[in-house]
Amino acid sequence: MLEQVNIDLPEGSIEKQTTRLNLGPTHPATHGVFQNILEMDGERIIKAESTVGYIHRAFEKIAERRPLYQITTLTDRLNYCSSPLNNMGWHLTCEKLLNVTTPKRVDYLRVIIMELSRISDHLICNSIVGVDAGAYTGFLYVMQYRELIYEIYEEICGSRLTTNMGRVGGFERNFNQTAFTKIEKFLAEFPEVWKEFENLFTRNRIFVERTRGTGAISADRALNYGFTGPNLRAAGIDYDVRVHSPYSSYEDFDFIIPVGTTGDNYDRFQVRNEEIWQSLSIIRQAYQKVQEFKGAEAEVFHADAPEYYLPAKADVYTKMEALIYHFKIVMGEIEMPVGEVYNSIEGGNGELGFYLISDGGRTPYRLHFRRPCFIYYQAYAEIVKDTMLSDAIITMSSLNLIAGEMDA
Amino acid sequence: MSLTHDIIKEKLTAQFGDKLIAWEESYGMLAVTVQNDFNLKVLTFLNDDAQLGFKFMTDLTGVHYPDRKGEEIAVVYHLHNLVENVRMRVKVYAPIEKPDVYTATGLFSGANWMERETYDFYGVNFIGHPDLRRVLNVDEMDYFPLRKEFPLEDQTRIDKDDEMFGR
Repeated sequence: MLEQVNIDLPEGSIEKQTTRLNLGPTHPATHGVFQNILEMDGERIIKAESTVGYIHRAFEKIAERRPLYQITTLTDRLNYCSSPLNNMGWHLTCEKLLNVTTPKRVDYLRVIIMELSRISDHLICNSIVGVDAGAYTGFLYVMQYRELIYEIYEEICGSRLTTNMGRVGGFERNFNQTAFTKIEKFLAEFPEVWKEFENLFTRNRIFVERTRGTGAISADRALNYGFTGPNLRAAGIDYDVRVHSPYSSYEDFDFIIPVGTTGDNYDRFQVRNEEIWQSLSIIRQAYQKVQEFKGAEAEVFHADAPEYYLPAKADVYTKMEALIYHFKIVMGEIEMPVGEVYNSIEGGNGELGFYLISDGGRTPYRLHFRRPCFIYYQAYAEIVKDTMLSDAIITMSSLNLIAGEMDA
Repeated sequence: MSLTHDIIKEKLTAQFGDKLIAWEESYGMLAVTVQNDFNLKVLTFLNDDAQLGFKFMTDLTGVHYPDRKGEEIAVVYHLHNLVENVRMRVKVYAPIEKPDVYTATGLFSGANWMERETYDFYGVNFIGHPDLRRVLNVDEMDYFPLRKEFPLEDQTRIDKDDEMFGR
């Protein structure tokens, strides 16, 4: 708590005393329930204190009594701007624990989904940065393509925001033709729109002056704070889990990791922009690869792991084994192997990690989510120190703070 | 020369010897259990040594093992050498009556909130932490909810009588 009043007024300040300003918890410019107690000298922030913890939902505790497949719904609610990424990360963790290997087609389908949700995540973040700089148009314009991405999710799993997509071992059903048509539509139309969006911002004098040089963090400090993802790469460190420890066959794809130099708001914006282009290229490659599967291979959408993957309903009614597995899986009676596994994926905001301890029971003994947002939000106070209030707002949106990912 | 598990083991053993209690390897990740009061020394050595270079702390969390007498609370660090791309795990155990562990905030600024979170849920007292308060729960809370003595509600209970939400 800030106990002292009128602390440390900087030299040359014309104010006689500091002002304490509560930014949040519900403030139209903070996009979530973030509270920041700011100590202000005029419009300059001399001290900030961030609090988090308005939506704690005890996911880690709840997960200790759920079978693996029921935890997928909890992961949806971490970074809700890119739920499928969290879902896939969770399935990959389970597969690592259970030693399930997935067929290539499943990997490629997952890559398509993961990159689509990365695009939707970055798209929201960058257009919100625009909104906070005073440009609402871009946001409304690109929103229709997030809508298209959500329609693709809908075709695949039936829901839009909290997707609960996929199963341990693959997907619940094969992608239908409508899904592929919509992916094609997205690939055909979105680049042009995104180009227009970029044209609105990247050389826009007002936008550049609002973002360049504000909210900067050095590479050294970013690493020390445990930054990952676009925010770390904007500071100039090329760490990307997709490349460092490839999962889901990312090694089959050709893409680059964009890096910035200064770690300021403008670099973060640019890194996310470029990542969207890279994601588009990955989706194109993956779509190509998926189309190359013909005949029976094109029908593969899950691993051959009957103990963990829910059997088809027709088999449950006609086959003894399928009935047994169905019962065991639905009732959560699958014993897991004993072990500790840490698995991470490149989430929308950085390294999304799952630390799962199994004592051989049917539910995790302990599950911990490494939530990138929670870890880098603590740097906010340091970043906004000695900056203007309006810069603090834009820094908050360009860090892409998602309340759901901060609290678990 | 790439950094193998053998090199890590060798270097740590040469430096700390019997302060290292156990080694394990689970799903390809090396884990070392360190004597309670040596966590910070080991983390510092892993961070400073030119060859080891575990300069990135990925994660820090706690675990509660009520059956292990005298070492109920575990604190688990996940470290990452980004250059060699090697990860490892460091664990310390502390008794539940006195769960004191040295803070890593001096090494990693990112440890600040992660330690607050671990304190919040497990009550680990990080000695030397600049601001050890609850971070996700309310300040007035007087228990540590992720400890195993707080079970979740029994899903099959029938004593609830609520038209809308009862079972």
